[in-house]
Amino acid sequence: MVQPFIHLSGVRKVYRRGREEHLAISDASFDVMPGELVSLVGPSGCGKSTLLKILAGLHGHDGGEVRIGTAEHPFDPARDVGMVFQAPLLLKWRRVLENVLLPAEILGLPAGESRERARALLALVGLTGYEDKYPYELSGGMQQRAAIARALVHDPKLVLMDEPFGALDALTREKMNLELLRIWKESGKTIVFVTHGISEAVFLGTRVVVLTAGPARMADNFEIELPRPRTLDMKTHERFGEYTRRVYRLLGME
Amino acid sequence: MNHSNDTLQRYVLAALAHVALIAAWYLFVKLGNVPKFVMPSPGDTLRAAFDGSYGWWTNIAVTGTEIYAGYFLALVAGVALALVFTWSRSLEAFFMPLLVSLNMIPKVALGPLFIVWFKYGILPNSMMAFSICVFPILLTTARGLREIEPELLDLVRSLKGSRWQLFTKIQLPGALPYILSGMKVGAILAVAGAIVGEFLGSDKGLGYLMLQVQVTLDTPAMFMAVIMITLLGMLLYGIVLLLERLLVVKDARVS
Repeated sequence: MVQPFIHLSGVRKVYRRGREEHLAISDASFDVMPGELVSLVGPSGCGKSTLLKILAGLHGHDGGEVRIGTAEHPFDPARDVGMVFQAPLLLKWRRVLENVLLPAEILGLPAGESRERARALLALVGLTGYEDKYPYELSGGMQQRAAIARALVHDPKLVLMDEPFGALDALTREKMNLELLRIWKESGKTIVFVTHGISEAVFLGTRVVVLTAGPARMADNFEIELPRPRTLDMKTHERFGEYTRRVYRLLGME
Repeated sequence: MNHSNDTLQRYVLAALAHVALIAAWYLFVKLGNVPKFVMPSPGDTLRAAFDGSYGWWTNIAVTGTEIYAGYFLALVAGVALALVFTWSRSLEAFFMPLLVSLNMIPKVALGPLFIVWFKYGILPNSMMAFSICVFPILLTTARGLREIEPELLDLVRSLKGSRWQLFTKIQLPGALPYILSGMKVGAILAVAGAIVGEFLGSDKGLGYLMLQVQVTLDTPAMFMAVIMITLLGMLLYGIVLLLERLLVVKDARVS
């Protein structure tokens, strides 16, 4: 039996401000198999970004268990995490290729190989020919593509995405969803994708984890059984509607 | 093609505005029969520039030294202090409020003290230029070093990057536009500082020359001195602009 790449059970996180305690996450329990793309969906304040930071090793947790990696897929927290945020956060003074190389530089990876890899990744995200441009010469969607290439340059086993397409217009967002599925398939990475877009979560995920706010807790965790590769017309499928309705219901919006 | 035409047009308009000002000045003096000691014509002013008795070159050298030495010192000290503050939070917490208070001192009021401490001449006037432009450079640099997106910090931390990597790869290059913005403000102030210093007490320099010729109502020489002071300032400002063009990507420039 294949071991889960990420195993969370009963994870709890409390923020303390003075005497007040604020529960950010409670009872988060789910597994992510190697190569899965799991969507974390929920409203603002449901702790989905906090959960992502716990996975990134940026925050500790106050209870429960977090285990990443298996004997077959060992996980090195220092170099096996790639991150993509809502803003592309490219360095304005670096050209696209140099931006993609940033994690490789921080980790001290061999420069020549990293450059080759960065070029290949820019090709993968559809930015061939933009290697020597500055970020301001790229559109928002293209900047986010470069940010995705940057998250992959050090060949991490786990890619964490925090509402990466939240700032894009609706059409670009749909396009980027398809692009992400293609990149995921070609790179074979395990991806945890945080979003507050319900249809985006269902469309992308092999599995959807639903988090609710006030009180912060994990409400559901289910597999999405839609055919792959996913295409936009699947959004009109009966089953797609059932999944999204299920999430809406959990979030108390139906 | 269109773009370069546009740029050319801008240069032509800029040059025209300057020529128009000189023409208006000329017409005002000629048609208004304005006496020379009130306002000299452009020609009279220019003639003063070729009069060797004013010692233009010496005076330019003195004032220029004061401005550029004071400015350079302020740049080194301002940036260095800002760097120290980003490395040590406790030092920043201790010194920053003090520096903000010190910044409230009208630096011109320190002039008589500088003369007591450093005697007459280039040194006190350089100190005046220094004291007036060090704070803007320090404060903008410190601000630039602080301005770092929290998520970028997360990105570096998730890779277990060192403090030094964060500093060299993100903080320092990110602060460069701010440093240059502070340098632009400082460049204008440094000129004013040096001239005020000369007004307060000196025996050389363009400011000193202005006080001397004022006694004899030699207005053309005063006009010429103002123009030369302005040119010294423009040269400094131009150097900073050039540095900005060379070092800072267009999109990142702070106006």
